[in-house]
Amino acid sequence: MSTSPPPTRSDVRLLTEAFTPGEEVDRFTRAHPAAGGIVSFLGQVREGGGVEALELQHYEPLTLPAMEDLAAQVRGRWTLDGLLILHRSGEMAPADPIVLVAAAARHRRDAFAAADFAMDHLKSQSWFWKREKVDGVWRWIEPREEDFEDIARWDSAVAE
Amino acid sequence: MALNMVFLGKLEDVAGCGAREVQLAGTLDAAIDSLGPELASALREPRVKLAVNGILLQDRDAPVLRDGDEIAFLPPVSGG
Repeated sequence: MSTSPPPTRSDVRLLTEAFTPGEEVDRFTRAHPAAGGIVSFLGQVREGGGVEALELQHYEPLTLPAMEDLAAQVRGRWTLDGLLILHRSGEMAPADPIVLVAAAARHRRDAFAAADFAMDHLKSQSWFWKREKVDGVWRWIEPREEDFEDIARWDSAVAE
Repeated sequence: MALNMVFLGKLEDVAGCGAREVQLAGTLDAAIDSLGPELASALREPRVKLAVNGILLQDRDAPVLRDGDEIAFLPPVSGG
């Protein structure tokens, strides 16, 4: 009797240094050759508005454990071959990568939905505090209403 | 006998530092009061959540505090 291989662990990392999204996606893709589809999302520091720098602050005892919980939630909801969640903390410059999410699945809809769900939850529920520097002055950023609306749409959605 | 108070996000600006040790007071309220009225009132804003040693408190139920405990004050997150 053959048994299916156990699901691979999710790759969840909180990074305090810059990362190269292309390399991460390549490595993730190579690790999941049986997946028919890989969906990835990259969030980067928006250029413009006079923003000179962005800083994300995290709280060690909560931030990474919550990211790992989110990954487990995603894995429980969709059938995936693999899941990658990378998030920066610390100071970043415009166009620097902030967050990378990738989902590998047999079928593309699972991969799209899993990445979308993970991003909505990272944006509104993860333990990060953000401030930006404009004209040399740091200013904390308040939560956005849209982020809560984005996450609310999953409450009524039925898992595929 | 001390508590480590950690201030996240904009609370860090109000406190003037990211963390501060305070004498272990009998209750959380007493510990917060010992930080001065301005910071105490910022920490008591209803949207500020608390974690004791990395465990999120529900409804600010009065935690039993011990020497060396870390109390983190968490304002609303601004998203990743």
